[in-house]
Amino acid sequence: MFAYAVRRVLATIPVMAIVALFVFSLLYIAPGDPAAVIAGDQATPQDVERIRASLGLDRPFLIRFGEWVWNILNGDMGVSIFTNLPVTTMIQQRIEPTVSLMVLTLCLAVSIAVPMGVIAAWKQGSWIDRAVMGFAVLGFSVPVFVVGYVLAYIFALELDWLPVQGYTAFREGFFPWLENLILPSIALGGVYIALIARITRATMLEVLQQDYIRTARAKGAGQRNILFLHALKNAAVPIVTVIGIGIALLIGGAVVTESVFAIPGLGRLTVDAILRRDYPVIQGVVLLFSFVYVLVNLLIDLAYTLFDPRIRY
Amino acid sequence: MHRRTLLQGTGLALAAPRLALAQGNARTLRFVPQGNLANIDPVWTTTTLARNHGLMVYDTLFGLGRDFQPKPQMAAGHEVSADGLTHAVTLRADLRFHDGQPVLARDCIASIARWSKRDVLGQHLALLLEEVRVKADDRFEIVLKKPWPGLAWALGKPSANICAIMPERIAQTNPFTQITEYVGSGPFRFRRSQWVPGSMAAYERFSGYVPRDEPADFLAGGKVVHFDRVEWHVMPDPATAAAALQNNEVDWWETPLADLLPVLRGNRDIAIEVVNTAGALAMIRFNHLHPPFDRAEVRRALLPAIEQTAFMQAALGEDRALWQVPAGAFTPGTPLANSVGMEALAGPRDLEAAKRALAAAGYRGEPVVILSPTDFPTINALSEVAADALRRVGMKVDLQSMDWGTLVQRRAKREAPAQGGWNIFCTTWEGLDVSVPGSHQPIRGNGAQGWIGWSTSPRREALREAWFDAPDQAAERKIAEELQALVWEEAPFIPLGLLRPPQAFRRSLTNIVTGGPPLFWNVRRG
Repeated sequence: MFAYAVRRVLATIPVMAIVALFVFSLLYIAPGDPAAVIAGDQATPQDVERIRASLGLDRPFLIRFGEWVWNILNGDMGVSIFTNLPVTTMIQQRIEPTVSLMVLTLCLAVSIAVPMGVIAAWKQGSWIDRAVMGFAVLGFSVPVFVVGYVLAYIFALELDWLPVQGYTAFREGFFPWLENLILPSIALGGVYIALIARITRATMLEVLQQDYIRTARAKGAGQRNILFLHALKNAAVPIVTVIGIGIALLIGGAVVTESVFAIPGLGRLTVDAILRRDYPVIQGVVLLFSFVYVLVNLLIDLAYTLFDPRIRY
Repeated sequence: MHRRTLLQGTGLALAAPRLALAQGNARTLRFVPQGNLANIDPVWTTTTLARNHGLMVYDTLFGLGRDFQPKPQMAAGHEVSADGLTHAVTLRADLRFHDGQPVLARDCIASIARWSKRDVLGQHLALLLEEVRVKADDRFEIVLKKPWPGLAWALGKPSANICAIMPERIAQTNPFTQITEYVGSGPFRFRRSQWVPGSMAAYERFSGYVPRDEPADFLAGGKVVHFDRVEWHVMPDPATAAAALQNNEVDWWETPLADLLPVLRGNRDIAIEVVNTAGALAMIRFNHLHPPFDRAEVRRALLPAIEQTAFMQAALGEDRALWQVPAGAFTPGTPLANSVGMEALAGPRDLEAAKRALAAAGYRGEPVVILSPTDFPTINALSEVAADALRRVGMKVDLQSMDWGTLVQRRAKREAPAQGGWNIFCTTWEGLDVSVPGSHQPIRGNGAQGWIGWSTSPRREALREAWFDAPDQAAERKIAEELQALVWEEAPFIPLGLLRPPQAFRRSLTNIVTGGPPLFWNVRRG
């Protein structure tokens, strides 16, 4: 398995190279000029040209791309055109809120969605099953920002239990950290819970029809043991796959959630950078997201061996 | 432990930090700016946010008072020689930079030199400059080739770029490159280590700042700070900012969305007031290089179709306190605003007259490309109304929506509209920028070297030059009247009204300085 993991990690290199070329090319042909944004209305065309030159934006594509790749290989993601801060610093400033939000959402979603799906499958056709499926439809249908506004209105404005917005770093205490993340995690987790609950239910329904489940029942195994030890473990592979795929959903959803709850995370950094055409920041963040996504997929693949001993790499 | 006890305990644990935070906030002013403070060199960039940041961190030699006239600020005095060529500036005693070093004449000279390469009025100074002489550590002279009575105004104006006074070593940075050291001279010290672009900027009161012993007077007078710390919290979502203000998580929101004002007005703890009384002048800008707006007759033909009230209502709603019409070429309420030819926009509107004038001007049904930024709700609304007005008079309109980043690149293109160019865009200009001819870019007629739209008019350029030489306000006013008459004749742009977007703040804040941008001196809590 170690050799497999190493092979997969090495395989990320060409993937990242393609992503890098794609992102760089896309930004090169996309409309927008950071020099014009910086220069403002009072600037003469000559001023704009001088700013463009000082930022190196007037150089040919291949030279800029080659220089950027070389710097990346040397661990330098460049400097933001606007803030003059290194991109790595800006990512470091923003990574904790996003990771916190995603991890909390992931924990919340898995701990709610898997039991929901299991119970819905167990009680197939009952009101519980219909309620779970109804919730799943709702989770898919209602946009994250609507859920966010409703939650903020009820729990922050009306009840004054939780803050409307912001983020408190973990080092400043667990409860302040948690307080700021409860509402965003619930808002962001809605779609994720719906997705995992539906897959869990569908997979469990299939597994519960298997002969070995009937055998377990015949041997007098309790319902809880049947559901969570015999059935769920065998249904785990597709569920884990969906959890992995859902990381992409979370990354996309984090952009909206961070805006609604004013969380200074990577999602907002990406949007701000795109709107300003801050090329080094966009390239750095997209590259990071791509790497994380490739890494998550690798971890999911490796996790299969824990749930299904027949899988070997 | 009982389950209920556990729940109560958890609730208290969650509430405790919020209570502590509220107590700690008494000496902190929490402000939601209009956008993201993305860069912090107020000379390198012209963004309003960098200017607002600059006004906190850097002091200026002069400052405008409520009457928009310059008054000494860092300067103790200002003497002009009898021939008007030599301006002697003496610095106040006890001026200190944030690193503790005294502010010297050479720092001021280096700062003026850097500013004069970027600012439009600074560039005028560079043209007129004979020499700058250090007379003592606290005194210097600016010697001009010809008199310029507006020099103090230019050095004290708050519109971008401000003449921020920095230490000489920093001011020697290439004006087209951002500074990397942030040592200011103003009442607030910028905490760069706490700056998270797109989220938060923090400022601390600079204990070494000695304010003038006078009451605050807009950008002049005593800049007395009553908070230990000011935090800018960037909130891209207006609904979130509104909720945060209602929930006492922030104190002051610079740009509440017009749609949310009724909700905020319903909260007895929140005040809605116009702080920036100079506002922003909204306008339609034409591309003078391509048909149909390369002819003054076509541009002028639209005047009878422009209903300024409709534009203002679309931008800020029905409340007339938030906008002003009629508005001419100069910011209403400022000294040079005048009523010459205002019947062009203030009289009864006449679509048929506009149609006839268009036909007489030879409009042949060419498509009119209007650029509209969807991420700027106010300008987007102005663009929609402009498109409607043009359609009503029979023009073939192609309204193209895009984000602001795309728009600023697109509008710089000089190609024909069919080759990716454009015909019209709507915009707003800071009221103080367009209050005088010197910094009024839309009124200029310097063609290819000029502002986007590239209007050519030797007559307007000559009047602008004459304004620099005007000996007094009466002479300035006469020039402004002539310029406004030319605006109706040549129509390089069409004014759409003065926007005075209100600001929302907790009623616990008092003594907010009004007149222009948000200022953080004088304001206090309770």
